[in-house]
Amino acid sequence: MVKKIYLHLVFLSFFFIKEAFAAESGGMPQLNPEFWVSQIFWLVLTFGIMYLVLSKLILPKISNNLESRKSQILENIEAAEKQREDSETKLKEYDQIILKSKTEANAMFNQAREKAVKDINAKRDVLDKQIDDEIAKAEKEIQALRDNAPDKINKIAIETSSELLQKLIGAEVNNSSISAIVDDLSRRNGDKYYGN
Amino acid sequence: MAANPMSQFDVYRIGPEIKVGAFDISFTNASLFMIISTVSILLIFNLGSKKNSILPNKIQLLAELSYTFVAKMISDTAGSKAKPYFAFIFSLFMFVLFCNMFGMIPYTFTVTSHIIVTFVLAAFIFIGVTVIGFIKHGFGYLKLFVPSGVPAVLLPLIVVIEIISYLSRPISLSVRLFANMMAGHTMMKVFGGFVISLGIVGGWLPLSFSVALTGLEILVAFLQAYVFAILTCIYLNDALNLHH
Repeated sequence: MVKKIYLHLVFLSFFFIKEAFAAESGGMPQLNPEFWVSQIFWLVLTFGIMYLVLSKLILPKISNNLESRKSQILENIEAAEKQREDSETKLKEYDQIILKSKTEANAMFNQAREKAVKDINAKRDVLDKQIDDEIAKAEKEIQALRDNAPDKINKIAIETSSELLQKLIGAEVNNSSISAIVDDLSRRNGDKYYGN
Repeated sequence: MAANPMSQFDVYRIGPEIKVGAFDISFTNASLFMIISTVSILLIFNLGSKKNSILPNKIQLLAELSYTFVAKMISDTAGSKAKPYFAFIFSLFMFVLFCNMFGMIPYTFTVTSHIIVTFVLAAFIFIGVTVIGFIKHGFGYLKLFVPSGVPAVLLPLIVVIEIISYLSRPISLSVRLFANMMAGHTMMKVFGGFVISLGIVGGWLPLSFSVALTGLEILVAFLQAYVFAILTCIYLNDALNLHH
């Protein structure tokens, strides 16, 4: 297939060369000077007018358009930059406000907490005092009770002993002799009971 | 017209014969396409510069892209000193580009396929650049022909070569554009002729060739306009900045 195309090409190129030579023999219209002056005249006329119109009217307008677009874009970029800076300062302000309010809130919170702690402490002190009083009172009572206890026990012991003796031996025993024995016993065992 | 591939380059009179003295300045098909090209350029760029919106529409974008394209081309090759010549190079580029592109439409005439047109443009550029060079640098512009760092023995030869190459600039500039245009259009015509002569059986190959060539020729049309403009810039750069 490729070979075929190649052969065709060679064939065609022969044709082309032949045709070209045929044209050569016919002469190139370009080398016929009949219309040279006319062509020069019209070329100078059309190109001259086009050059004048382009250079005086159209090209300055295009360059003007390009310049104005460039400057407008620059202006817009500047404006955008300015707005960005504005928003940045606003953001900073906002951050500061937030920070300030945060510290304020913190301070308020701390104040409230201190107050609450103070209140609690005061109340606790009062309560502690009351409790201490109560405890002291109770201790006093206990002390009183404890102080009274040996005497009462002794009395009970004497009475019980005398009744026991009366029941057991049916004789009246002198209370004073019993009390003497009880005293003696209690004095001997008192350490065991009261840890004195 | 169909048989001869060169007949597409024929210039013929449209309307009456106009003579000024001994010169024939009749309106021809070449004049017609010069007017069509310039009028389309002016229309497009006028439309493209009319409204100035921040978000350009399509035609404004086209005009502004062309403007920045040419401006960048000039500042890259010739520097900032070439700014006063921007309008001329812009016009030159657009004129050659539009003439080339209009030539790509079937049954049209390609203005730039005529050596006289391209030669007038190139000669004007050559003379203009030389005049600018002498105005800017006086006779110091002749230093262009004496490259620095060349051994003294070789200098006479080098200077001669430099002068010849300088003088051949308008010829090379004009012949490059004219020959490219003519060769491309001739080739397309020849292949078009093959399509007819080989008929329904064998015509497909030259037809596909024609299609491919059309794409190539559109590329060449743009490229030659670009080359023409950029060589002008390079010559201008020599005249303005004198690097040698």
